[in-house]
Amino acid sequence: MKVILALIILLPLAGFLFNGLGRNIWSKKTVAIQATMYIFASFVFSLIAFWNVQEQGAMTVHYFDFINTSKFKIPFDLKVDALSALFLLVITGVGTLIHLYSTAYMKEEEAPHYARYFAYLNLFIFSMLLLVLGDNYVIMFIGWEGVGLCSYLLIGYWFTNASFNYAAKKAFIMNRIGDLGFLLAIFWMIVKLGSVSYSEVLTVESLAKLSTSDITAITLLLFVGAMGKSAQIPLFTWLPDAMAGPTPVSALIHAATMVTAGIYMITRSNLLFIHSEFTQNFIAIIGISTALLAATIAIKQNDIKKVLAYSTVSQLGYMFLGLGVGAYSGAVFHVITHAFFKALLFLGAGSVIHAMHHEQDIQKMGGLKSKLPITHITFLIGCIAIAGIPPFSGFFSKDEILAAAYEKNPVYWFLGLVGAAMTAFYMFRLYATTFLGKFRGTDDQANHLHESPAAMTLPLVILAILSAIAGAIGVPEIMGGGHWLSHQLTPIVGAPHEAVLSHSTEWTLMAVSVAIAFTALLIAVLIYRKKADGAPQTTIGKFFFNKWHIDELYDMIIVNPLNRFAGFLKDVVEKGVIDGAVNGTGKLVQYSARQIRLIQNGQVGYYILFMVLGMVALFLFWFNDTAILRFFIKLTQK
Amino acid sequence: MLLSILFIPFIAAIILLFIKDDKRANATAIGFSAIILGVALYIVFTKTATFDIAWLPQLNSRFLLQADGLAKILILLTAISFPAILIATANNQPKQKHIFLSLLMFTQTGLMGVFLAGDALLFYFFWELALIPVYFLCSIWGGEKRIAITFKFFIYTFVGSLFMLIGIILLYSNTTDHSFLIESFKHATLTSSQQMTAFILFFIAFAIKMPIFPLHTWQPDAYEQSPTAVTMVLSAVMVKMGLYGILRWLLPLFPIAAKTASVFIVDLSVIGVLYASFIAIRQDDIKRLIAYSSIAHIGLMSAALFTQNEIGTQGVLAQLFSHGINVLGLWIVADVIEQQTGTRSMKDLGGLAKKQPTLAILLIGFAFANIALPLTNAFVGEFLMFNSLFQFNPWVAAAAGVSIILAAIYTLNMVQKVAYGVVSEKINRMQSPNKNAQAVLIVLLVVVFFTGVYPQPLFNLTADTLQNLFVK
Repeated sequence: MKVILALIILLPLAGFLFNGLGRNIWSKKTVAIQATMYIFASFVFSLIAFWNVQEQGAMTVHYFDFINTSKFKIPFDLKVDALSALFLLVITGVGTLIHLYSTAYMKEEEAPHYARYFAYLNLFIFSMLLLVLGDNYVIMFIGWEGVGLCSYLLIGYWFTNASFNYAAKKAFIMNRIGDLGFLLAIFWMIVKLGSVSYSEVLTVESLAKLSTSDITAITLLLFVGAMGKSAQIPLFTWLPDAMAGPTPVSALIHAATMVTAGIYMITRSNLLFIHSEFTQNFIAIIGISTALLAATIAIKQNDIKKVLAYSTVSQLGYMFLGLGVGAYSGAVFHVITHAFFKALLFLGAGSVIHAMHHEQDIQKMGGLKSKLPITHITFLIGCIAIAGIPPFSGFFSKDEILAAAYEKNPVYWFLGLVGAAMTAFYMFRLYATTFLGKFRGTDDQANHLHESPAAMTLPLVILAILSAIAGAIGVPEIMGGGHWLSHQLTPIVGAPHEAVLSHSTEWTLMAVSVAIAFTALLIAVLIYRKKADGAPQTTIGKFFFNKWHIDELYDMIIVNPLNRFAGFLKDVVEKGVIDGAVNGTGKLVQYSARQIRLIQNGQVGYYILFMVLGMVALFLFWFNDTAILRFFIKLTQK
Repeated sequence: MLLSILFIPFIAAIILLFIKDDKRANATAIGFSAIILGVALYIVFTKTATFDIAWLPQLNSRFLLQADGLAKILILLTAISFPAILIATANNQPKQKHIFLSLLMFTQTGLMGVFLAGDALLFYFFWELALIPVYFLCSIWGGEKRIAITFKFFIYTFVGSLFMLIGIILLYSNTTDHSFLIESFKHATLTSSQQMTAFILFFIAFAIKMPIFPLHTWQPDAYEQSPTAVTMVLSAVMVKMGLYGILRWLLPLFPIAAKTASVFIVDLSVIGVLYASFIAIRQDDIKRLIAYSSIAHIGLMSAALFTQNEIGTQGVLAQLFSHGINVLGLWIVADVIEQQTGTRSMKDLGGLAKKQPTLAILLIGFAFANIALPLTNAFVGEFLMFNSLFQFNPWVAAAAGVSIILAAIYTLNMVQKVAYGVVSEKINRMQSPNKNAQAVLIVLLVVVFFTGVYPQPLFNLTADTLQNLFVK
């Protein structure tokens, strides 16, 4: 197992080194094969690890001590259990498909850049695997910042474009704000518990050592980290901008895997979170607010990727709602199904963008149904899945979260339902505008419309199948399912609790949500089947279209004041006050010195020279060796 | 062996005075610095050594050299830095290059002496000796405003050392055996007010050298105006003299005063960290940006030192080395850019990734080391240091923690303006890549990642120092 786990993370790293160092050597074909095969191999080993967990349970292996001081130790340990094994499969599985897709999607890039792209992508998989496999919070943090780095590099992949660079920088910095919270949580654990290993922190004994306020503080700080990485209010504005990266990157990093790291982290730490009522409520409120806010924005966007980006933010909000109401396995369930259908939707969008020659505005699309048959049908499946129509996967995972929310507080459930309606609406608005009606692009584009090559459509088909059937892993009992997933996760999040809701309530909730989603999608199709949205007319429409002006608000209340403050420090305090005082002192001394004529010729050089000579004399004095002395005398005579 | 690491650079300096040919002078300097590196490695990997011989018997001062973990890690840093600097800047052509190189070698002698001296007078002697060649280097080979700036730099640090000299004399007069040895100093009988006075006198010298806010204004100017090879020596190695002084002299000699002053100094250092980080955000000159970034990083080390916490001190010991390597990497990149484009102003740069991709990759590597990304060397040190700050006071740690966000802002700003975007007119002037500099950068980057993934050798090396400081 030691070797298998090592291989799982080292293979992608090897791919990074191979492609990164050989970026000027390998042909594009070599790069493509290498990069994809490394991840695929990692997937195969992940399968083995997964089966091992099924047979023998969780396992921890020790490699070396990352930090070992007399006071505390941070071992470099990896742990595979049901939770990390599931994430492994999603990361390497979806990762392989997206690598495969990328080999075709990025074909126009020059060879060195093509290699650079895959090197980054490989490095991302490495970091992400480290994040989920680490057996302590520091290793998780290493992966956590590592995926942030890769996200930064990939968003800014087309580095000559200034606005892309800006988006990359914004993503990294906003993530760093969250990372600071994460770090402080780690320090808090070290101070109180002297350890960061899951096996020592997440135990009943350590809970006894922590006061309620300790637990609340640690969990809140961890959640700040999750807000950054998983794009929750108020740290979500980087994610839509991150769409500057190549579309497969958006699919892998900014939809399927990295942004779900926050959910992983909280699920992993659920033992702490369930002991802080305050944090739980806070997470639920942030989650549902984010879900609704992002959904309203998604309704009005016309950029195909932006709609999906806000949709991702919104779906992540649902997952946090799930975590907040204690439905950990439901949140993980939604992570998995979302990984499938959102990766599918992004890759489908990529296929559309590819066919449209880099056009992303859905107002200029329409009628693509017949030209891109595979993309169309798979995209439609993705839309149905996310809208929550049974028996597609999104229905089951979303329903589980909503049922738990209802149990906790029906208001959460109601708001969740509103969000679900909006989700169905904006997704089918997107679908109808893009694929139905008449083509609205240029003639030139019309002539070049084509279905994507097999390397791109194959991942679409596989993901579409998964999106359709993945619900099977969590079919609730009332539908006659055994809910395989929640049994899997029992060792980590505890046994699924006894049903509180009566079967009839549960059936009613389901029926209501399906009916509402179905109605919303029908309305959307009817409206947008023939025409696209123009510029928003109503005040509220403009408000949503402009993303609630949140970026402008941040600029106004945070970015600009800080910039001005920094400028004030630089130009006024540093130059005027501090350095002024120093120079003033200097001048004063000089002035008085001139008065008492202490400095006679004013040349520092001479004084220094004498100092040197004096010191050399000291040295010689010590040596008292005439041979050396004579040598120096000779020297000076020359 | 300890003596030879002082004398080889000294002899090299003398020899270099007579080699007029630039190429041969270069080769000689590099050759000698390689030998020194070899000797340093020998010292690092052998047991703690001492060298003791009478010196100035009238004053009862001894020529005592001691190499414990603290000394070793700094000797290693010094010995790595010099060949790296010499090779990376081999193509630069200052006038009278052999004298330039000779003075650099003199500086190295002084630095080695500072880190090894176990006698206060000897320490003071080397402390000054290291400064003098730097004065000449800056004032002869520096930029336009070199005279005024170097004057300020020199007077500033010189005044600081005078305070220390007074402190040394104060202690000397209170030792029972009238000796300058550090052991005698430790047993000097001081009243608490005397201890505080001596503490302040020493602290001023070290605080100026590091520098600690608000005694830092000499540094950005000096870094900007010095020839880059000298800037590298200053920031990679010389600023460590201040931190070293605190670890070797200040904390062991005045434990009570240090405890009393700790809250004040930690707070001041953290203010300095944030202050310098904010100013770095608004810099357009690469050298000034790196200078302020370095002030911020050193401030964090100073804060961690004064928490007097074992974990934090361990972090500082590792970071002494790591900061040197990282800042060296940044300076080398900055120097190559300045040499090849003729500017340091970031608004005129851009597109390096297109023009010289390898250099851009190296820049990005060091940039992320500068913001202490995990698995780079700086993360380990900063993690431990923040940890100690958190134990000291969580709010102080949170405030200092803001600097990791600010560091990301200014560092990524720099990367964006220098490496990304379309190729600017100035960047387009860059000729073929500077292979020497790139080779050095690659080696340094390997060190960055190696010690970042497996920092244990750094901890093991300095374990004895930690033991001495904390196990009583």
